[in-house]
Amino acid sequence: MEMVAKQKLPQKILNYVLLIILTAVVLGPFLIGLWTSLLPTMDIAKGNFLSLHISLTNYVDAFQKTPILQYLGNSLWISTLTTIAQLIFCSMSAYAFVFLRFRGRKVLFILFLATMMLPFEAEIIPNFMTVKAMGLLNTYSAMIVPFLTSAFGTFMLRQSFLQMPDELKEAADIEGLGHFQFYWKIVMPYNRISLITLGAYGFLGAWNQYLWPMLTTFSNAFRPVQNGLRQLQSEETFNDWGMIQATAAIVVIPTLIVLFVGQHYFKSGMNEGAVK
Amino acid sequence: MSISLRNVRKDYDQQTKVLEKVSAEVQTGEFFVIVGPSGCGKSTLLRMIAGLTPITDGEVRINDRVVNELPPKARKLTMVFQNYALYPFLSVWDNVAFGLKARKLSQSDVQNRVNNALKMVNLTDFKNRKPRELSGGQRQRVALARAVASDADICLMDEPLSNLDAQLRIRMRQEIYNLQRKLGLTLIYVTHDQVEAMTMADHIMVLNDQHVQQIGTPAEIYQHPANEFVAQFFGTPQINILPAKRSAENSHLLTVGSNDMQVALNEEVPADQLRIGVRPDELTISRADSVDSNAVVKNTEFLGNETIVYATLNSGDNVRAVLPGQVNFRGYEPIKVQVGSHLLFFNNDGERIGLTKEEAVHA
Ligand SMILES: Nc1ncnc2c1ncn2[C@@H]1O[C@H](COP(=O)(O)OP(=O)(O)OP(=O)(O)O)[C@@H](O)[C@H]1O
Ligand SMILES: [Mg+2]
Repeated sequence: MEMVAKQKLPQKILNYVLLIILTAVVLGPFLIGLWTSLLPTMDIAKGNFLSLHISLTNYVDAFQKTPILQYLGNSLWISTLTTIAQLIFCSMSAYAFVFLRFRGRKVLFILFLATMMLPFEAEIIPNFMTVKAMGLLNTYSAMIVPFLTSAFGTFMLRQSFLQMPDELKEAADIEGLGHFQFYWKIVMPYNRISLITLGAYGFLGAWNQYLWPMLTTFSNAFRPVQNGLRQLQSEETFNDWGMIQATAAIVVIPTLIVLFVGQHYFKSGMNEGAVK
Repeated sequence: MSISLRNVRKDYDQQTKVLEKVSAEVQTGEFFVIVGPSGCGKSTLLRMIAGLTPITDGEVRINDRVVNELPPKARKLTMVFQNYALYPFLSVWDNVAFGLKARKLSQSDVQNRVNNALKMVNLTDFKNRKPRELSGGQRQRVALARAVASDADICLMDEPLSNLDAQLRIRMRQEIYNLQRKLGLTLIYVTHDQVEAMTMADHIMVLNDQHVQQIGTPAEIYQHPANEFVAQFFGTPQINILPAKRSAENSHLLTVGSNDMQVALNEEVPADQLRIGVRPDELTISRADSVDSNAVVKNTEFLGNETIVYATLNSGDNVRAVLPGQVNFRGYEPIKVQVGSHLLFFNNDGERIGLTKEEAVHA
C-alpha cells in the first residue's frame, strides 16, 4: 500500500490506465456474452448489439425449451460426487504418505507424481477402452470413476500435511488416538483450507469437463452442461443465439459461486495462527 | 506413580550417540527436573519416557513395570510440549477436553474436569476463544490446563516456559509449582534454565556430554556439585575455578594461582595439582597497596543491592566476586582477594574431591 501511495502521479495514472485496459480485455467477452443473453435473437442476428429490447425472455425460454435443467442436474451430481471422492481419497493417500511408515514409501510417491506428468489426453484412449469394457458408457459412472482421485490432489495435500507440527501427532499418540481418529479429528480440520482449495479446484475441473463426456455420453439423460451447450447449438436448425447465450450464462453461475465462496474461506484461513 | 530409569541409552544412529547409562529414580509426587545445556539429550530422554522415541538399550519402569515396549497411551501420562501443540481449530475449552473425550470419559466428568482445570489456570473467561486469539502466556496455560484436566498421574513438561518473557516466567513457575503440589503430580520437567531447576525441583538431574553428571536436591547440587561442570552450571555469576598447587614446604598447604593465595587443609593435599572452586560471594576483597595486593580490578557492575567485581589475579586468572551493597573501585586498582571458608576442590579430571579447609587462614 505504501508503495502505491508514494508513486508519482503520472506513474499512477499509467498504472491505472493499464489496469483498466487489462480489465476490459478480461471482462469484455464476459460482459458482451451477458449483454447478448438479454437481447432478442433477431437483434443479434442483425448485428444490432446496442438494441434496447432487453428482457429475460431468453432465460425463460432456456429453461422451458431446452433440457438445460437436466444438464445442470447432471453436472451438479457428477461434480459433487467427484469433489467428495477426491477429498476423501486424496486426503487418505496423502495421510499415508505423511504419517504411515512403510517400505517403498518414497518410490511409490515418485510413481504417483510421475502420473502427473502424463496429460489426461494421453490417457483418454486406454481410459475409454476400460470404461467401454466395463459397460459404463453413457452413465454417470463413466464421468465419475476415472476422476475419483488425483495425483495432484494427493501431492497438494501431502505438502499441506507435512507442514503440521510433529507435536500434534505426538500429542495424539499420548492421548491414544488411532490413525483414523487422528486423520478425521485433527488432520482434516487442521488442513481445511487446503481441503477447500482442493475441493473448489476439483469441482471446477469436473464442471468444466468437455472432451471426456463428449466421448462417453450419448444422451441428454447423462450429458453434463458443457456438452449440453454444444448439443443445443448443433441440434437447433435455427440457432437461437440469445437463448444459447442465456444458457451459457446460467452455466457459469455455479463456477462463480464456488470461486467466491472459496476465496472467502481462503482469505479467512490465511492468517490463522498455527501452533505457537 | 514412580518412574525408574535403568542404564538407559539412546543412539539415533552410529554417529549420533545421545545418551548413555542414564539411571534415575523418580518417586511418586516428586518434582523432578532435568537440566543441561542445549543438545544434551533432555528432550530425547523425556520422549523416551513418554514412549515417543524408542529406547536403544536399558529399561524404563513405571510403577515397577517395564514399559519399554508400551505405546505412549498405555503409559498413562500427559505431556506439555515446548510449543504447546494446541489445536488451532478448537476453542480453548475443546482443546482441554479433547484428550478426555478421546479417552471416552463420561460427559459430566469431562465437563467437570475441563471447568476445574480452566479455573485453576485462570482461563475460564477465555474458554470460547481460539488459540490464535490468546497471548503466549495464555496459550501456555491452555497447555497446562490440558495436563491438569487429565486423569494421568504423571506429567512430562519440555521447557514449557522458554517462550515467555521474564516476568511471566516467574509467575508461571509458581503456578506450575503450586499445581504440582496441589494435584500431587509426578512431574518430570525439562529446562535449560538453572533458576527454574533450583527453585522448583525436589531433585535435579544434570545431563551433559551424554551422561548424567549428578542427581540430587537443589541444595546438594549447589553445595556439593559432583564435578566442575555442575558447579559451573549453577549459580550466577559463575563459580570461580582456579588452579592450585601443593606447596613444596608444607604438604597441607595449597597455593592458588602464582602464590596469590594460600589455603591450608586439614589433611595432606592428595595431588600436586588441584583446582579449587569458590563461589563469587565467598570471595572477600580488600583494598591493598601494590606490595600487598594479589589482583587488580578490571570492572565493576552495580546491581542495586550488590556489586559484582571482576578482577584479574597476578597469575592472570580472572575472578568474579559479589560484594554486598555498593562498592567503588577504580579501574586497575590493586586489591587483595581472599577466599572464604566454603571451598570446593576438584582433581584434574574435574571430579570433586572431599577435602576440608583448616579454619584459620594462613595468608
Ligand atoms: N530424530 C533425531 N535424529 C537424529 N538425531 C537427533 C534426533 N533428535 C535429536 N537428535 C540429536 O540428539 C541430540 C539431543 O537432542 P535433544 O533434542 O534431546 O536435545 P535437548 O537437550 O532437548 O536440547 P534443547 O535444550 O536445545 O532442546 C542433539 O544433538 C540432536 O541433534
Ligand atoms: Mg529440547
